[in-house]
Amino acid sequence: MSKTIDKTTVKHVAHLSRLELNDKELETYSGQLAAILSYIDKLNEIDTKDVAPTSHAIASLKNVFRKDVLKPSIGAKESLKNAPATEGDFFKVPQIIEGK
Amino acid sequence: MEKLQSLTAHRLKELIEKGDVRPSNILSDLFDRIKALDGKVKAFVRVNKPDAAEADRVNKAGKLAGIPITIKDNICVKDEETTCASKILADFKPPYDATVIKKLRAEGAILMGKSNMDEFAFGSSCETSCYGPTKNPWDLERIPGGSSGGSAAAVAADETILALGSDTGGSIRQPASLCGVVGLKPTYGRVSRYGLIAFASSLDQIGPITKDVEDAALLLGVIAGHDEMDSTSVDVPVPDYKRSLVKDVRGLRIGVPKEYFIKGLDKEVEDSVRGAINVLKDLGAKIVDISLPHTEYAVSTYYIIAPAEASSNLARFDGVQYGHRAKTSKDMIDMYIKTRSEGFGNEAKRRILLGTYCLSSGYYDAYYLKAQKVRTRIREDFDKAFGACDLVVTPTSPTAAFKIGEKMDDPLSMYLSDIYTIPANLAGLPAMSIPCGFSKNSLPIGMQILAKPFDEETIFRAAYTFEQNTEFHKQKPKL
Repeated sequence: MSKTIDKTTVKHVAHLSRLELNDKELETYSGQLAAILSYIDKLNEIDTKDVAPTSHAIASLKNVFRKDVLKPSIGAKESLKNAPATEGDFFKVPQIIEGK
Repeated sequence: MEKLQSLTAHRLKELIEKGDVRPSNILSDLFDRIKALDGKVKAFVRVNKPDAAEADRVNKAGKLAGIPITIKDNICVKDEETTCASKILADFKPPYDATVIKKLRAEGAILMGKSNMDEFAFGSSCETSCYGPTKNPWDLERIPGGSSGGSAAAVAADETILALGSDTGGSIRQPASLCGVVGLKPTYGRVSRYGLIAFASSLDQIGPITKDVEDAALLLGVIAGHDEMDSTSVDVPVPDYKRSLVKDVRGLRIGVPKEYFIKGLDKEVEDSVRGAINVLKDLGAKIVDISLPHTEYAVSTYYIIAPAEASSNLARFDGVQYGHRAKTSKDMIDMYIKTRSEGFGNEAKRRILLGTYCLSSGYYDAYYLKAQKVRTRIREDFDKAFGACDLVVTPTSPTAAFKIGEKMDDPLSMYLSDIYTIPANLAGLPAMSIPCGFSKNSLPIGMQILAKPFDEETIFRAAYTFEQNTEFHKQKPKL
């Protein structure tokens, strides 16, 4: 674990998160994240070499399967109702592929 | 006639069944109360006005026939705005009901509106809401706790009869404690989360916030149960919780973990909780000293796992299918970036950054995987402890309600206010907060009761016995 997080790293992580930060935000977040990460560093005190990770706290739960049966769904009209932009039965987004 | 808004659901149910009260009478008293008070308390983000005649026609056989309930703003109600108190979900109207909402409707409950919360449930004070903070009904200059602060404040201020909250690291129990009401986080998998807008999927649970233990048992009985729409919900029978409401703790072994009574625990809170433990002892419970040695690592573990899962869950908010979209953008990626930067508040951004960092290439093993391994150690602590006791009793929050603004510039100190509630989420255990005292400043203090997975019944038994022998839950804020 690295103890500190600098502004370059925060900028990189912001890009991965699809967020843009101004200089003041970069400054604030890198300070706060560094403090949080240094607190979190405490976990290195524990030896976890032979410990299995927990992903579901109730260990008895088995993988869940269901029959592959066709069921009615809400349909295009309902699905598109909340969309900021639509065209026909589709979500409309800014151009992705270059060209005319 | 007595003011109906201050009564419990089980009492109102009796009155409705006897024909003494109609659901429309309750609604009318509640709406008067909301009109008079909610400008100050700000527990609601949206209030419904259910039709009086329709309310009176409700299915009388339902377990909650005619009982009004308020829903935290992260639980989907069909065609009613559901925003998680975030600008990024502005105007979102879910095309379906969450499973808990379907169950409430089937039992005749009346949905009276949406309550305020921290944005996406990220917070312990309700201050990160895009609508502004909810105030603590006991002192309007203080926070109600969070993230289900609106639900807890509405119950405490008698602006609703029942409420639903959600709890990822204490978001039901901590506000219940700080507002002097009852709050229960059920066992992970006990209640379906279909229709709960996800925060941290391995930790989130929906649960009741109520005026007394009997109401919590009544409401859990309605919302609990396996649901094929939530593959993490567990297929075990739901007991009749009413049968756990017995006034008897004789022979019950209550564990008191030494790691919870440490520096940072307010003296008044400690005295109240120790006093409550003595009440249980005098009623015949056996008090056992226990140790949960990995307690000090719980906050660190949580603040890796919860932001990591949140950063992944919140990736869906990109301006394509619902919610806010930035007005101008160069291309697709720019649209994502502008939409998310405009739509998320500061705490949401902080958690997305932290979570993305912990999951990013080269750091996953050191952070997320390490935290999941420590999580196993924390679970094992409880497994061992429950060999020697039936319940664990602790403070719910290290302090009573703090002042609005007090911790907003110091996220780490805000995170540490969840120190006693986080372990139950990490271990998947059921845990309840009930009122157990007041500070010198008349602020409520709560005690937390934890049990083995799916043993909500023993919690109800101890909590009910305590409540029936004390008067704390009967105190009301002067508003």
